[in-house]
Amino acid sequence: MAAESARKFEALQAQARDLLDLFARTGYEPVAPSILQPADVFLDQIGESVRGRTYVFTDLAGDELCLRPDLTVPVSRLYLERHPQADTVARYCYNGPTFRFQPFGAGRTHPREFRQAGIECFGAVDRESADLEVILLAVESVRSAGLREFGLRFGDIALFYALINALDLPERWRLKLHHYFWRPASFHALLGRLARGERPDSDGPAAALAGTLAGETPERAEELVAAYLEEQAIPLAGSRSLSEITEGLLDNAADLRAEPPPKEVATVIDYFLAVAGPPREAMDQVAMIGKGAGLDIDAALDAVLRRFDRLERDGVDLGRATFATELGRTLEYYSGMVFQIEGAGMDQTEPVAGGGRYDGLLAALGAPREVPAVGLAVHTERLLGAVERDS
Amino acid sequence: MESSSFIIAVPSKGRLKEQAAELFERAGLGLRARGHERGYRGRLEGIDDVEVEYTSASEIVHQLKAGRVHLGITGEDLVREMLADVDAKVEFLKPLGFGQADVVVAVPDCWLDVSRMADLEDVAAQFSRAHGRRLRVATKYLNLTRRFFAANGVAGYRIVESAGATEATPASGTAELIVDITSTGTTLKANHLKILEDGVILQSQAHLLAARGGSWDARAMALRNTIVKALSA
Repeated sequence: MAAESARKFEALQAQARDLLDLFARTGYEPVAPSILQPADVFLDQIGESVRGRTYVFTDLAGDELCLRPDLTVPVSRLYLERHPQADTVARYCYNGPTFRFQPFGAGRTHPREFRQAGIECFGAVDRESADLEVILLAVESVRSAGLREFGLRFGDIALFYALINALDLPERWRLKLHHYFWRPASFHALLGRLARGERPDSDGPAAALAGTLAGETPERAEELVAAYLEEQAIPLAGSRSLSEITEGLLDNAADLRAEPPPKEVATVIDYFLAVAGPPREAMDQVAMIGKGAGLDIDAALDAVLRRFDRLERDGVDLGRATFATELGRTLEYYSGMVFQIEGAGMDQTEPVAGGGRYDGLLAALGAPREVPAVGLAVHTERLLGAVERDS
Repeated sequence: MESSSFIIAVPSKGRLKEQAAELFERAGLGLRARGHERGYRGRLEGIDDVEVEYTSASEIVHQLKAGRVHLGITGEDLVREMLADVDAKVEFLKPLGFGQADVVVAVPDCWLDVSRMADLEDVAAQFSRAHGRRLRVATKYLNLTRRFFAANGVAGYRIVESAGATEATPASGTAELIVDITSTGTTLKANHLKILEDGVILQSQAHLLAARGGSWDARAMALRNTIVKALSA
C-alpha cells in the first residue's frame, strides 16, 4: 500500500508540502488535475503498453477511463483547457497520487499507489534556460528534502535525432529508425538487418505484385493495385485507403530494389547507443563516433556541453554524474534533454526523481502549435525512503 | 459447501459442456446432476466425495485462481488471458482434445502490403502519419494481444474492446485489424480477413487444470490422481 502507517503518511504529506512550497516560491502555480482521466489520451499518447500498468476501466456510461498513471499528461491537458491557443507561458506544480498496476504484485519499491510531486513548464521559448531551470529545481528539491548522497544521470533524445538526420540514408530508413527508436527490441532487429545488409523478404504474392510496381508513378501504381484487387475479388474494406496500401507496396518494392543502406550505419548507431559514462567523456566518445563517420552533429553536441557548463556554473557537481545515450527511450513523448536523480546505492530503475523535455506532446493533445515543454516529477515514497537511509 | 468437499468445475453450457460430459462418460465417471436436471451441482458416477460445479468457462478460471475449486475444465485461451501469473495459480494436468481454437491476428485481405507481424509496425507508422491516430485492434483478448504484440515489437496500436462480432469491426470502421478466436477460418474468410503468417498467438484447447491455491491434503491428491488416471485411460 502507499502509506503503510499513519506516521509514514504524515511524513509523506509533510515532505510533499515542503516540495510544493519550494516549487511555488520558485514561480510555479499549484494545480490539481483530476485523478480520473479519459483512457484514450494515455493509450494514444503513451501507447498500449500503458494498459499493462494502468488501471483502465469502463464506467456505467460505457466510457473508458483510467486512474492517472502519471501527471504530465493530466497537467498538459489542464494547460490546454486554460489556454486553448497554447500561446501563454505557464508554470505549474502539483502533488498527488498516481496509480500503476504491478502485474507481479505490489511492493515497497513498486507500489500500486504512490505520490508524485512535480512541475511542468510550458511555452518557455528559451529552451536551454528552461531545461536548466528544471534540472536545478530537481536537485534543490531532493536536497531540501534532506537527501545528501545522490547521483545524476542525463540523456538527450535530440542527440539521437541529430545523428540519424546526419547519416546518409534513404528517407524511408530514416523514418523507420525514428519510429523504431522507441521500440528497443524491434530497433535492435532492424539494426541487425542493416548490419547484415539484408533485404526484406521477397517471397509471397504481395512481393511479386510489389515487384511489378517498382518504378511506376503513384497514380499508375494505384491503378495496378486496384486492378489486382478486382481480379482477386478482394473488396477494399476498412479505413486504410487504396493509396496507403499502394504506398506500403511501393515501400516494399523500393526496399527490394534499392541498395540497402551501408552496413556501417548500424555500427555507428550501435556504438552511439552504447555510450554511457562521465558526462564530458561521454560527449568526447559521441564526438569521436560522429567524426569517425564523417557526420556533423556539432550543434547538438554543443547544446549538451553548454548545458553541463551552465550546470557547473550554477553549483551542480558533475563529478558523480553520468550521461547515457539510452536514457529516456521508454517514454515516447520525450524529445530532448532527459535526466534522473538516483539515491546513493539505489538501482537506476528506481530513481527518486526524473524528467525531461517533451515538445511534441501538447500538439499531439490538440494544441494548435508546437509548445516547448519541460518538467520533472519526484517519486515521493522513494525520496522519503532514500532520505531515511541517508541519515 | 463443506470445506472438506473436493470440487471439480465443469462448463455449464454449449459444446464445451457436451464434450466434457462425453469425456467423463467414456472414462466411466458419468456426470450426474443432483436434484432437478437444470441444477448447478452434480456428482461423478463411481466416485463418492466429488462435488461437480457447473459454471461458465471464464468463471472456472476465477474459481481456480482463488483456489475455491480443486480441478476445473476450461479453455487455455481464457486461462492465459485472465491470469497474469499463470504458473503460480494453476497447473495444466491434461489437454482434453476438444474445444480447439486458435487465437490469431487477422487483417483485411486488401492489405496486400502486410503478411507478417513485422509489417504491422511499418503500417502503424504510416497510419499514424496519414490519420493522426494509432491503428486500432478489436479484441476481447486484451492481455494476450498486448503481450504478443510487445514480444513482436509492435507498439503503434491501441486496443478497442470487443465483446462480440469482432470479425465485423474492420469493415464497419471501428477497428483496423482484429485478434480473435477461430477454429475453421470460415468466419474470417467471409469477412475478408487474413491471418498473418506468424500471427497465431495461441493454439488453444480445453484442459483439465488444478488450482495451486486449493486445499491439497492426501485425500484430495488421491481423488485428483484417480480422476486424471480415469480421463487418461
